[in-house]
Amino acid sequence: MLPCTGRIDEALLLAAFENGADGVMVIGCLEGDCHYISGNIRARARVERVYKILEQIKIGPDRIRMYNLSAGEGERFASYANAFVDQVRNLGPSPINLVRSTNAQSAVQTAVQGEAT
Amino acid sequence: MITGTPKPIEEVLEMLEPYDNIIVAGCHGCVTVCRVGGEKEVQVLASTIRLAREAAGNKINIKEVSLERQCDPEYVESMRPYVGDYQAVLSIACGAGIQFLAEKFTTTPLLPGINTGFLGVTERQGEWAERCQGCGDCVLHLTGGICPVTRCAKSLFHGPCGGSVRGICEVDKEIKCGWQLIIDRLKALGQMENYGKLKPYKGWSSARDGGPRRIIREDMIS
Repeated sequence: MLPCTGRIDEALLLAAFENGADGVMVIGCLEGDCHYISGNIRARARVERVYKILEQIKIGPDRIRMYNLSAGEGERFASYANAFVDQVRNLGPSPINLVRSTNAQSAVQTAVQGEAT
Repeated sequence: MITGTPKPIEEVLEMLEPYDNIIVAGCHGCVTVCRVGGEKEVQVLASTIRLAREAAGNKINIKEVSLERQCDPEYVESMRPYVGDYQAVLSIACGAGIQFLAEKFTTTPLLPGINTGFLGVTERQGEWAERCQGCGDCVLHLTGGICPVTRCAKSLFHGPCGGSVRGICEVDKEIKCGWQLIIDRLKALGQMENYGKLKPYKGWSSARDGGPRRIIREDMIS
């Protein structure tokens, strides 16, 4: 749990993908309404940088998105979350997870063949 | 500070193709300040490389380090105990730092992760501009603190050329004429007499024309 999206940096967002996230949704306070003045503006710039990195390395830029909400907009949060989950589902697993799942399947097959012989 | 820009990630990945066990090395000096080669940039670049390589089915192991300075031997030596355990070092320090690592670790390939730029200043966040070419014979006391070597596209020493129009250099509409800046500044300081004090010629032997330079301070050598 972070007290402010201003704490998020590019490395933290990329670490989420390294740790197996298919998508990352960053939710900050409404612009102009940051308790720490410009935390959410900084976060937006960092999310945009990661968007470009994901595009360059073909992981898919649409796997990351930033939204701005106030604490009282629970309904809108749910609708944003559902829309983002749909978007990531349409994209499918990240290329990292595809490779990992293929490798895991191969390892299982090898182990099964080993036991059979 | 010494400035730089990140190399395109495609170029970095191409350099790293032969390797699967490397060090990404940053520097806490100039490149940290201009946000191209510090500890944070090491984390981001290492993560980007790992993601790209794993997605391509060709995983890579990366040790992330960031030295106080890559241009000083005592900090460079701190890498010696483990540098031999890796196939290559991708350095995101300036060209001086990268070369110093290459000199010290002769059996390890050194790869540049950034393109080193120039000696410059931060004009605003995210924008740097050149101010010094290290000519080795400073005349800023005569030119109102504005360097004719750097700020004039032709490095002229005796006033503006015919390409200066309304204070703009003919090289680019975004470049102010260095000599116009100097004259305006000398006028503002009431030091126009300095305009005539410039040397009749500029000796360039202390600049790059004399080949790679070396400074020896006898008083500091122990």
